[in-house]
Order: sequence, then structure tokens, then C-alpha cells
Amino acid sequence: MSRSGSDVSASDLPLSTQLAVNDFALFDLPQRFAQNRAELDTRWKDLQREAHPDKFSAQGTAAQRVAMQWSVRINEAYQRLKDPLRRAAYLCELGGAAIQAENNTAMPTAFLMQQMAWREALDDASDFVVLEALHDEVSLAHREGLTRCEHCIDVAHDLHQAAQEVRALMFIARFARDIEQRLDALDQR
Amino acid sequence: MALLQISEPGQAPDPHQRRIAVGIDLGTTHSLVASVRHGVAECLPDSDGGVILPSAVRYLEGDGRQIGHAALLAQADDPQNTLVSVKRFMGRGVADIANRDKLPYQFVDKPGMLAIHTRAGDKSPVEVSAEILATLRFRAEDTFNDDLYGAVITVPAYFDDAQRQATKDAAQLAGLNVLRLINEPTAAAIAYGLDQASEGVYAVYDLGGGTFDISILRLTRGVFEVLATGGDSALGGDDYDRALAYHVQAATGCRIDTPADKARVLVAARACKEALSSSQSATLVVSLSGGDIQYTVSRAEFEAATAALTQRTLAAVRKALRDAQLSKDDVQGVVMVGGSTRMPQIQSAVEALLGRPPLNNLNPDEVVALGAAIQANQLAGNNPDGELLLLDVIPLSLGIETMGGLAERIVPRNQTIPTAMAQDFTTYQDGQTALALHVVQGERDLVADCRSLARFELRGIPPMAAGAARIRVTFTVDADGLLSVAAREQMSGVEANITVKPSYGLSDDQIAHMLQDSFKTAEQDIQARALVEARVDADRMWLATQSALQADGDLLSPESRAHIDSLLAATLAAKELTDAAAIEVATEALAKGTEAFAAQRMNRGIQHALAGQNIETL
Repeated sequence: MSRSGSDVSASDLPLSTQLAVNDFALFDLPQRFAQNRAELDTRWKDLQREAHPDKFSAQGTAAQRVAMQWSVRINEAYQRLKDPLRRAAYLCELGGAAIQAENNTAMPTAFLMQQMAWREALDDASDFVVLEALHDEVSLAHREGLTRCEHCIDVAHDLHQAAQEVRALMFIARFARDIEQRLDALDQR
Repeated sequence: MALLQISEPGQAPDPHQRRIAVGIDLGTTHSLVASVRHGVAECLPDSDGGVILPSAVRYLEGDGRQIGHAALLAQADDPQNTLVSVKRFMGRGVADIANRDKLPYQFVDKPGMLAIHTRAGDKSPVEVSAEILATLRFRAEDTFNDDLYGAVITVPAYFDDAQRQATKDAAQLAGLNVLRLINEPTAAAIAYGLDQASEGVYAVYDLGGGTFDISILRLTRGVFEVLATGGDSALGGDDYDRALAYHVQAATGCRIDTPADKARVLVAARACKEALSSSQSATLVVSLSGGDIQYTVSRAEFEAATAALTQRTLAAVRKALRDAQLSKDDVQGVVMVGGSTRMPQIQSAVEALLGRPPLNNLNPDEVVALGAAIQANQLAGNNPDGELLLLDVIPLSLGIETMGGLAERIVPRNQTIPTAMAQDFTTYQDGQTALALHVVQGERDLVADCRSLARFELRGIPPMAAGAARIRVTFTVDADGLLSVAAREQMSGVEANITVKPSYGLSDDQIAHMLQDSFKTAEQDIQARALVEARVDADRMWLATQSALQADGDLLSPESRAHIDSLLAATLAAKELTDAAAIEVATEALAKGTEAFAAQRMNRGIQHALAGQNIETL
């Protein structure tokens, strides 16, 4: 997105082009894994202050339509940037190392064994305490995986390795959600 | 229902005049209308000085209706024609209503939404709600002696798409311009002005007559960010009444058979429940067909009989905290909303769970309408420097049906709105030109356990080999929480035609029919109303464009400016016509013709926001 001082030239680009810049450019943040969450939140709110459809409620349908597209785009970028796993996956895709989880299902044996052990533990778990402990263990593995992602992306600049970490983390995140569903169900009783 | 004030043609409204905008709390048991006057939000009273309008409509012999207090008084004597708590039936079918045998109504199964049989025919919950909304609209118009620009109407945060759409339909029937639907907990947070304090996380516990919401919000100056929302749109004070009534039945062995019995015992139970909020015991007194009942209930007995209901609300609070990834220690304050929160058991249960006493200083009956009025004032443009920004969420996941009756999630719950998600589909047969999609809402894995929202048929896909087509379907949820769908075949660029068959809701024909019925007289009234609305819309679009030109006209080339000026002139000329459709055409042309200009203005705003960041970092 051009950062020229002239408003008119940037404004002349068609809306579709303006919306198509990557999330980091949209939020004017450096394109890297390490981010300041507080700053991201502030940027998001500042952008929505400008673009939210409610701001244009009294200004006609054309303005509201455009606002809707911007607001949706800004929310999309925020969701992606604030979630570390999605951010890592996005950085891999931007760098040409697409995740393509469906085509890359091969995982290291040790990893698969861990997944199976966790599955069995979830099947056997029947009370809150056991489930919370399992959740803590999985969360730790999740955090460690993200730390490795950060190193691969920001330090080693090895996006293919990062993509592999992301694929593994997708398994782990899915499993964490399954535990959370079970915790929710227990609480409903 | 009286209706139209046709404005004089040629009378251009003063662009600097304050627009009259109201907030409406369309509650299960009580409804209110509020507006900001002299900078302060106030509930508007009726001619007797009361602000509450009971959400009750009674259909009389002939064409008459009683709405509000008068209807409520007749509830026990004319139970089948006095409709109360219809909010519980909005967007719902007969099978959805639990405990319907304990209600005095004759439910009618209709495609789209249930109806209730009355002496005046089968009435949809939408029609009944429209009567309540229209009464509030007239109250506001009488107060201001002027037309309303628009209204913000509140809905429970946990209302799904069908319930929200039904609410909008009711407002349309009542002749209201809906500026936005906003969630009740968010409205309450606005009224409390919590954003004025330092940044913090607040929980809003909203237990109304028929619905329960829990919302976790992060508030900073002017910005209300919803982190998570949960609840139960079929749990409220009414359920406490019913539990008490049937506890008494079990204790006394009395029979509750006739519709009049059912209505009377609920009325008596409500009175008893309310008395127990300020006394340790109260007596439930009711005349049933099988005899009179007098039963003294202690508060402890009542609380034991209703503990399970309270526990359900607490489970929803815990889940919302988990969804927000917060613990109770992160919550700075708790706001209680809704008359049912006056019950001591609710106050103490919430304090025990969240570890702090709740904020109660605003009237829990009025707080939602007041918050809605503040938002309405802003949306009407009366407060151009206002900072209020609501970043709300979709409460329930949206999914589509896939093979084997599974629901594949496309928009997760608690995602900030507005939002859009795209999904690619392809054809499975050579030459296939249509595609069917079934959209559901809910958290369960099976479609059968979710709420069916609509079936979409995409037509006009160019015939290709099986699997060759790439149809991108975009699901957009707007700021009201309502879903719309668009589809485009990527290879050819063809936009598919979408026919929506909502599973719950009113078809355009049904709405047109209701509009007709409500007018009772002929075509002329409908046409006249359509003409007024077309002129009002044209005015709004014209004014909005003028102020946009004033602010950012420098963005336009002389040719673009001339083009817009000619569209403005055309719109002004069209207003003099007597054909609503022709006026609408001109208005739409102005809207389309200024879209590029709107995009440029937005970009300027965004650049401005980002430039502000740069200056700070320098």
C-alpha cells in the first residue's frame, strides 16, 4: 500500500486493491511472528473507529456498503494476526511455504505416539481434575511449539520448517478444543 | 393503527436539525422506549406517567385490541386471547416450545414460525410484537410531536439469526426504521457508562422475563469490545414463575387443567415470587376451576424449587469466561440487568461465583432502553464527535450441512462482527448448474441438533465438467448479527442467483399480507405509506451525499463531481413523483453512483488513522 503523503493517489486505487494488501501492511505492523499484542489491539480499535458501519449509519447506503467491506477485512486481519498459530501459518503462506495440511499428513513417529497417548487419556478421563491436568499438558506443548515457530520464522528464516511446526500445532490445537468440549459438557450437568 | 404523516412535497428537512432517534427495549414481559434529550437519556412515559409497557396484547371481538396494562389485567379472564411473553416464540416452531402444555394458548403449526389462534384469527409472534413496537412508536411521536428518524432495538445477545430477523420484521410492520439491532447486555454496559472509568473487563448478567444473557466485555474509552457471550434464550423469570406454580401444585394436589387455570396460576405465582424478593415468606392465592388455593411459601422453599434454573445461569457464566479465556479474577465489575435479578438468590449466587458484589445503581428495568437510546442518538448523527464504538460478536456458530448430516463450522461463535467467511464448493455432476446449501446455527456436530436457518439454492452456474467449477460462497454476518450469502463462480466470474428459503421467518408475501391486514382498508393506504417511505429514503440519501461532498469533495475529479451532482438533481426531481418505485430507482442510482466516492473517503479515513500511529512512533 503506498505510503505517499498524497491522499488522492492512494484513494484512487479501486477498493478491491486496497483491501487486498496483506494483514501486516493493513495494520502497519512489521511482517514477523513476534508482535506486541497491546499494540495490535490498539491498531484494531483505531481502524474500526474509522471503518465500522455504525459510523456511517447516517451517511447513506453507499458509504455503509464500503464500510462493511473495510470493517470485515479489518476484523479478518485482526483474527489472523492475534492468534499465534494463524499468524505463523499466514507468515509461511506469505513466504511461499504453504501449509497445505491435507497434502502433508506425514508426521514424525514420536509425535503420533504422543497424540495417541493423549487420545487414550481423554477417553479414560472422567473428572474435572484429570481433564484440567491433561489440558495443562497439551497447552504446554502448544506454547513450546509456538516458541519453535517464532525461532524458525524470525531468526532462522526457515519457513518450511516453520510450516511443519504449524501442521503439528494444528493437531495439538484440535485436541485442546476436544478437551475443552468435554470440560464444557461436564459443567452442564 | 393510525399511520402516516405525509410530509409536504418540496419541503427539504434542515440538515442541521437534530434527528429524533429512540432506543426500544422489546422485552419478554416489559417494553420501554427511551431517547436522548438535552444530552441525557430518558425513558419516555405514557399518558399516565409510567414508562413500562407490559408486553401484552389482547385481541377483542371485532377488530379491537388492547395493548399493555389493559391487556395484562384481562390475562386471567381471557387467557387464550391475551398474548404475553411472545418474545419466547419469535423465530420458533411449535416443537421448539418446551412446556407448552402449561401455557394457555392454542398453538398453530405454520411453515416459518408458529402462530397462536385467537378470536381475531391466527396471530404470528411478529404481528403481536409489531403491536407493542407501534404503541411505543406512537408514544415517542406524541412526545416529540414529530416523526421518528429511526430506532435501535435491543435483542438478547444469545438470540439466533431467526429470532433477530423476526424482530426486524416486527419493526418493519410497526413502521420503524431500524438503525441497528444491539445486544441487551451491551446496551446495559453503555448506560452504565463503564467506558468512562479506566480500562477493564466487565461481566453483564442479564436475566429478563424469558431470556438469559451473560456477556463479558472489555471497555476502554468509548469502545465496547465483547469478548464472549453466552446464555439461554429460553430461560427467564417466567420459568421461575412456572417452577413455583407447579411446586405448589405438587404440594397441594390441585388440578390445573383449563386455559384460565393455567393463566391464573402463572399470574399468582409471579406475584408470589416478587413478594419473596422482599419478604422471607409469601402466600400464593389463586382461584382455580377446582377450587381456591392458598399456599404459603418460604423463601427457602422457593429457592430450593428453582435452584436448578439458577445453576443453569451460572454454568453459562463459567462457559463464557472460558470462551473469553479469563478467570473470575480478571473481571473488574459485574452489572445486573433485568427485573429478575432482584431475586436475592440471583444476587448472592452471582456474588459467590464472581467474587464481588454486583453494580445495581441503575434501574434494571430501564437500563437496556437507556443504552439503546444513547446508541440511537449516535447512529442518527446527532453526536458527530461521539466516540462510542460497539465491537460485538456472533453468539452461536454458523455451519453448513455436509455429507452424513454433519454441521461443518464456517463462522465460529464469539467471532467479532461484521465478519465474512468464504468457502469453495464444486459440482459433482457434469453440466450441473445449481447447488443447494443448508445453513445451520449452533455448537453441535450434527445438523439435526442445530437450528436450521435457511436453505440456499445457487443457480446459474455455467455448465462444466464435474469438479471443474470453483464456486466461492461468502457468508457475511452484519453488525446486527444477520447472515447474508453471496456466491460467485470463480472460473467464469458469474454471480450465482441465490434463492433463500428461511427455515424460520416470514416470507415477503406473509409480511405484505400482514401489512394489508393491519391497515384493514384498501390499497391506497399501502401505496401512500410506500410513497412516504420512498421520499424519506430519497431525502436521507440526498442529505448524506451533500454532507459527504462538503467533507471530502476535494477527492473528486471535476467529471466525477459533475456526475454526482447530476444524480443529486435527479433524486430531488424524483421526489416530486407519486410513484414510489420510480423514487426508489433514483435513490438507488445515487447510492450506486456514490459508492466509489464512499470508498475513497473511507481510504482517506484509514490512512489518517494509520498516519496517526506513525506520528506517535516518531
